[in-house]
Amino acid sequence: MNLTLKVWRQKNATSPGQFETYEARDIIPDMSFLEMLDVVNERLIAEGHEPIAFDSDCREGICGTCSLVISGVPHGGQKGTTACQLHMRRFKEGDTITVEPWRAKAFPLVKDLVVNRDAFDRIVQAGGFVSVNTGNASDANAILVPKEIADVAMDAAACIGCGACVAACKNASAMLFVAAKVSHLNYLPQGKAEKDRRVRNMVAQMDAEGFGNCTVTGSCEAVCPKGISLEFIAKMNRDYAVALVKGEPQKATAGGAG
Amino acid sequence: MSLDARIPGGPLAQKWDKYKFEMKLVNPANKRKFEVIVVGTGLAGASAAASLAELGYKVKAFCFQDSPRRAHSIAAQGGINAAKNYQNDGDSVQRLFYDTIKGGDFRAREANVYRLAEVSANIIDQCAAQGVPFAREYGGTLANRSFGGAQVSRTFYARGQTGQQLLLGAYQAMCRQIGLGNIQMFPRTEMLDVVIVDGQAKGIVVRNLVTGEISSHAGDAVVLATGGYANVFFLSTNAKGCNVTANYRAYKKGAFFANPCYTQIHPTCIPTSGDHQSKLTLMSESLRNDGRVWVPKQKGGQRAPADVPESERDYYLERKYPSYGNLAPRDISSRAAKGVCDEGRGVGPGGRGVYLDFTDAIKRLGEATIRERYGNLFDMYEKITGENAYQAPMRIYPAAHYAMGGAWVDYNLMSTIPGLFIVGEANFSDHGANRLGASALMQGLADGYFILPYTVGNYFASAKPVKVPTSHAEFKKAEEDVRNLTKRLLGINGKRSVVSFHKELGKLMWENCGMARSRQSLETNLKRIPQLREEFWKNVKVTGTGEELNQDLELAGRVADFLEFGELLCIDALHREESCGSHFRVEHQTEDGEAKRDDANFAYVAAWEFKGVDKQPELHKEPLTYEEMKLATRSYK
Repeated sequence: MNLTLKVWRQKNATSPGQFETYEARDIIPDMSFLEMLDVVNERLIAEGHEPIAFDSDCREGICGTCSLVISGVPHGGQKGTTACQLHMRRFKEGDTITVEPWRAKAFPLVKDLVVNRDAFDRIVQAGGFVSVNTGNASDANAILVPKEIADVAMDAAACIGCGACVAACKNASAMLFVAAKVSHLNYLPQGKAEKDRRVRNMVAQMDAEGFGNCTVTGSCEAVCPKGISLEFIAKMNRDYAVALVKGEPQKATAGGAG
Repeated sequence: MSLDARIPGGPLAQKWDKYKFEMKLVNPANKRKFEVIVVGTGLAGASAAASLAELGYKVKAFCFQDSPRRAHSIAAQGGINAAKNYQNDGDSVQRLFYDTIKGGDFRAREANVYRLAEVSANIIDQCAAQGVPFAREYGGTLANRSFGGAQVSRTFYARGQTGQQLLLGAYQAMCRQIGLGNIQMFPRTEMLDVVIVDGQAKGIVVRNLVTGEISSHAGDAVVLATGGYANVFFLSTNAKGCNVTANYRAYKKGAFFANPCYTQIHPTCIPTSGDHQSKLTLMSESLRNDGRVWVPKQKGGQRAPADVPESERDYYLERKYPSYGNLAPRDISSRAAKGVCDEGRGVGPGGRGVYLDFTDAIKRLGEATIRERYGNLFDMYEKITGENAYQAPMRIYPAAHYAMGGAWVDYNLMSTIPGLFIVGEANFSDHGANRLGASALMQGLADGYFILPYTVGNYFASAKPVKVPTSHAEFKKAEEDVRNLTKRLLGINGKRSVVSFHKELGKLMWENCGMARSRQSLETNLKRIPQLREEFWKNVKVTGTGEELNQDLELAGRVADFLEFGELLCIDALHREESCGSHFRVEHQTEDGEAKRDDANFAYVAAWEFKGVDKQPELHKEPLTYEEMKLATRSYK
């Protein structure tokens, strides 16, 4: 089939960008959206133009690298699907498709459709972990985790950190991403010890990065390729409220003798 | 140069304990004076970086992805093995060791494999402590499933996303150390050379993929955790970015490369659908727990699978390998699939496919149970093929998946260059000629969490490496070489795209050096690859400049290395006049088409030394001596 693409082209963060129009010819329905872009790029190279820069890696929907807003919807609007798993059989002959990068202040543009999502890494660095060193951890079955808890933690942990939630949100809020990580670890017994400081520190970092506030429109959940539930935002809000009420823990005045 | 694997003396089961007692230690206050460079942030790299930083070393970590969380370990689906014996089904360290050596067709080093089996249980403990949400039973204990090449249930999993969850565990441990200031992280940064001073690895040269800036980083040790080279086949289950560049450039600087011909072709992948295809997608081997593999008994039939009566189906794995059935190891299952397709009994477009059928399992367990076990895989299958595998069987075909070969390392995981350590899939050490399912995650994390933190310290304390600043002439020279290479690639301005060369190379590798290899097919490649390489350097078109984000340039550098590395792979495959594991030479097979090893002449690790492009590399042999295991014909019948 033949399609028309309107693709955002921008040389770098400081140059102005604009849409360019390209014809995508002889596209096969079995191609993924990114394979369609590969075809367009091969033709651009053959004609002596610079190919469209876009991020991708695993191309099987798990690494979270690909990050395209396709006709206004992050990842293109097929439920539970990243752009790399979106197939051209979803489109019709003659369609015009716009392709844009994630747009959010906290995700500065690098080039064309490529953005910088380091802010997500910094949020995890603020508290998205269990403070346990490698070494003699106790037997994995020493702490029993009820199946229901393990399952809900896994539902949250399935987040791939792609940032579609931010791109979809009118406030560019990162609540769903942060809530997924907070919930994954706060639900599990292994993560309980640092539950309060985790949520406090991660939320503080999220705010510092310039993500917007959550007004619970649910657009994040709607585009999330892993179906991360809004309920985790509620869970995070509860945990956050508890942490605020408890306040900062008293600092011990002296260390142990030794 | 003779290869010394530095295996500790004593009985096999005590070697690692003995090593840990006899190794030299670095005083806690001195650890912060040592800097370690870790390239790659998959399971091996991230776990190594985190663990070294926890010990007190200063770590600099590098990855080409935009975040360390995206390394390709994330795509591993099925699970991770560990000799926990939680199922009371007779598992033990000894049995995991035995299965791994046998699965590798007696081409792995005993001492390394035993150590791997020993630390496997600690990995599960560590990951559970980090909050990895492993699958659990209702009682709260960990669940297990079985995997190919084993008769016990020792595989731990987190739905169909085990690699993702284990990687996030290691990434989070790393993030904690980044936050504490013990790791400095460099994403979107590609290593393009390793710097050797007075025979020791002293640092690396990198390119910032956003600005194009070339710079040097010095360290007291360099760790490469840069994954495997299956993308030499162009179409593989690897991520688009996976490449051999870091490993290959270390090879060109003197690190020996071992057993490159051991490449795993995974039996359960979604078949190719056309020339546009950019990669192949794996369907986890765990599916073979409940799915039955079959093709019609008669060839040429284009009937829908439901129209083929039971009596006309050939469940060929169950027929040929009754004791392992659908859980026969990967190399054997892949060859069997190729065999029935070569007979003309394959299904789907082009006849390159076999059925993986869940009808019986759905009848026995109900669709809900199957959905819970494999739902994400069935969804993925439907997205790619547009078919519902709950209603009709999946079609699968083998695809290049994993590299057992890699940089030669000794028991310390150190290459032939002192101070250069190589971990995870990038080294050759543990899987012999064929890797068992759920063992890659185990090895990556064993190397990073539990082995490297000891052996790097031992290197520092015993070799006492001298610090070399990045102003040293060797750094400047390496930087200049990298700049010149970039300029050269951008200056050719020919007619063919980088991808077209990669595809052509991949096709040569798959056709002539894939699941079946012959002297003739390999010689064809050894003629064609140098020609293709020559054409590349005359006629490739690389767009853009070196001073910006330039994905075409990144790919060009990687393909240039594949064009040399592919030749090395074929040289190794040609020299190994036997069939073993994944390496199947048609000249060497039994009457019923199984691999025929030649232990008298080939029970060794082939380690290749670079002698120059277009020159024959020099072969060094590390004999494989088996103290514990008896060399035996591998049988899964």
